[in-house]
Amino acid sequence: MSGAQPKRQHLIDPEICIRCNTCEESCPIDAVTHNDDNYVVDADKCEYCLHCISPCPTGAIDNWRLVSQPYSLEEQMEWEELPPERQIEEAKTEPASEASETEAARILEVAHAGQGGSVVPPGSAAKPYINVFTRAEPAIARVMGNRRITDAGTESDVRHIVLDFGSTAFPFLEGQSIGIVPPGTDDKGRAHAIRLYSVASPRDGERTNHNNLALSVKRVVYTENGEEVRGLASNYLCDLERGAEVKVTGPFGNTFLMPDHPEANLIMICTGTGAAPFRAMTERRRRHFSNASGKLMLLFGARTPGELPYFGPLTKLPERLIDRQLVFSRVPGQDKEYVQDRMRKHADVLAEYLKDENTFVFICGLKGMEQGVDEAFAEICQNNELDWPELSTQMKAAGRYHVETY
Amino acid sequence: MNEIVEQVNYDELIPNNVELADDRRLKRALEQWQPKFKEWWLDMGPEGFQAAQVYLRTAVGVDPKGWAKFGYVKMPDYRWGILLAPKVEGREIPFGAHKGEPAWQEVPGEYRAMLRRLIVIQGDTEPASVEQQRHLGATAPSLYDLRNLFQVNVEEGRHLWAMVYLLQKYFGRDGREEAEMLLQRRSGNADKPRILGAFNEETPDWLSFFMFTFFTDRDGKMQLESLAQSGFDPLSRSCRFMLTEEAHHMFVGETGVGRTIQRTCEAMVEAGISDPNDVEAIRALGVIDLPTIQRKVNFHFSVTLDLFGAEVSTNAANAFNAGLKARYQEIKLEDDHRLLDDTYPVLHCVDGQFVEQQEPALNALNGRLCDDYIKDCQGGIKRWNKMIAKTGVDFQIASPHKAFNRRVGVFIDAHVSPEGEILSQQEWAARESEWLASVEDGEFIHSLMQPSSGIGEYASWIAPPRVGIDGKPGDFEYVQLA
Repeated sequence: MSGAQPKRQHLIDPEICIRCNTCEESCPIDAVTHNDDNYVVDADKCEYCLHCISPCPTGAIDNWRLVSQPYSLEEQMEWEELPPERQIEEAKTEPASEASETEAARILEVAHAGQGGSVVPPGSAAKPYINVFTRAEPAIARVMGNRRITDAGTESDVRHIVLDFGSTAFPFLEGQSIGIVPPGTDDKGRAHAIRLYSVASPRDGERTNHNNLALSVKRVVYTENGEEVRGLASNYLCDLERGAEVKVTGPFGNTFLMPDHPEANLIMICTGTGAAPFRAMTERRRRHFSNASGKLMLLFGARTPGELPYFGPLTKLPERLIDRQLVFSRVPGQDKEYVQDRMRKHADVLAEYLKDENTFVFICGLKGMEQGVDEAFAEICQNNELDWPELSTQMKAAGRYHVETY
Repeated sequence: MNEIVEQVNYDELIPNNVELADDRRLKRALEQWQPKFKEWWLDMGPEGFQAAQVYLRTAVGVDPKGWAKFGYVKMPDYRWGILLAPKVEGREIPFGAHKGEPAWQEVPGEYRAMLRRLIVIQGDTEPASVEQQRHLGATAPSLYDLRNLFQVNVEEGRHLWAMVYLLQKYFGRDGREEAEMLLQRRSGNADKPRILGAFNEETPDWLSFFMFTFFTDRDGKMQLESLAQSGFDPLSRSCRFMLTEEAHHMFVGETGVGRTIQRTCEAMVEAGISDPNDVEAIRALGVIDLPTIQRKVNFHFSVTLDLFGAEVSTNAANAFNAGLKARYQEIKLEDDHRLLDDTYPVLHCVDGQFVEQQEPALNALNGRLCDDYIKDCQGGIKRWNKMIAKTGVDFQIASPHKAFNRRVGVFIDAHVSPEGEILSQQEWAARESEWLASVEDGEFIHSLMQPSSGIGEYASWIAPPRVGIDGKPGDFEYVQLA
């Protein structure tokens, strides 16, 4: 073996493809070709523009394999079915990038470090689109709403910002992020770095079947050396007026995704704006799978109710949809409580969930919470005859434990 | 006089890339036509499901990002649009007497009548198939299949729009009248039937629907492919975009028949039945036996061949010569694209023998398109056979001989078995029921057509799909019943 870098190869499932020629027509660089039996993608030519994906009537087009040596056209033309995913296993130590723009990929790499590097997505997650829009060719969204979702009197200014994509298709899934390109340049004349924000809406839009999505953005303001520092991108977003145009890249992320099967239990642990992806997942369940047998449990920490984003709407969700644990650390007259404390209080429930192979754990929020949550899980396991190091490794390998922290 | 004029945002209502908002004449014509279309849809569209929320794909643009927007919509609110493939600058007429001349952006006067006829015939099949299929919703084998039926229906509706656009934009008053007529003819109506015979038969059951989408819609695909090469650029561009949607119809047919076969084979294996001809035992399992499926193939294949018209035809020659309708994938063929001196072999049945005769290639264009079609069908049939082989059942589906059961063209008077054996009329009459589905076969299939409308439920006779639509699982609520 040459020791070549693993490559993400685009393949067409010959058992599902009906040879309609649509992909070949839609490929702008003639990377798709065929013989009498199969339609195939030339790994040397394909540039992952994804123009062939949505026109495919069958879904056969949306197959990917991580390979050290790409399958040749001749091999693919002989296939009666896709080869097993064996090669992915071999290459797992070199995971596929979650975003092909290095800038975004680097941010996600850091965010996912808490799970010990990249993991696989839940088996039943829908296939995500990534990098449909880039810094060079961003999507232009229009601000349709921008309102504060924390109490006016509190320090924490978190905003619910709705972006509409007009006639531009911007496909995303719950758990994915989008990139925001702040306008202007820095003092050296370079374009500002892209910032990633988790989408807070389910895939069919903030408003069902509208081509829009919402972000939860916290205005970053802090004091350094006696001077007030204002985060560039967050202040740009939080100050946007309705109707303003925003350059958007992405979507990004192909592992921190919602399992789509209705039996899946989702344990969602978050602080602050880390709630965004969970709002999306919960809303998807509520809209389309409200009778799902899988359960939702949300452990959401904030300093006070007034600083907890979406506090009002959250309290209105029916109990049969979600087990809602809102945890506060700075309520006057009450003991400080963090999410890990609440986890311990519900140790029995969580232990039962951990024993269930349909349980998926998602952690999103400040880096500081990771360790506490991990310790709480370890303690719960210990008291329930479960081996946390082994279980967590298994869960990660099966795409059932996901961390996204910043 | 006070007239209340309702302001309608047509660009919003009718996704289009033909600058509809700026074309007052076209807008006026469509304003007249659109309410009649809606009325037709409510009258003749899918019966009983007009209020259901259906997870449909809507095309709002022709670029890869705009042409497949998925979401729940009530069918009468579907946004039927006018979308043409992007204009290719400097495109030339690729065949016929005008080969090499710039493609026409306006109707060439000398071919006006011929072109209008081609567009009307194509346009007439689109609403016809919606009418033929309007009762199927009541017996859908799953929400997934129900959604696929409706997707086919709304897209046939959009194809009607595509043809109506051409008629209204380029054919003046005549075109507007033809556009009206497209909404007035009715499939199967003795007084005002649809133009082509096959489009006047009701689609009686779901297996027939799948066969129809596999075999008959494939004729549509071949016709569209030929028109997509047309020297009349707006027609070419319309058909090119329609082909992307037609692919979904092929998909519904190929996988629908495939899933039926799959379920039959699985049920046979589960019950330990190895003889595919043990019809009674197999039917008792609530699945459709393979010999019956073969008979359905024989029927739909042969009646679809009739749609290609007479193998030897001066009409086809004229349309080719005029640069209006090409051969299948004309630009991929390597010859002079004029065919003045070429010949093409056409099979005839003379004195009880098959004889191949060389015909002038121009006259044999229908025969050639028919041969291309037969070849195109084989890919799907091959997949079905692989599926059968995988389950270990010993049976092969085959397309019948092209002279089998023909009502149009050179074999009209011949009696030929599916294997290509020439028979006397008596022999044919004695064995016809072996080859074509009988009334009893139809009744049995009909007896299985019980609706299955729970989320993720599939009727006994059909396997769930391998993958869902738009990356959704098989148990997604594809249709929210009202």
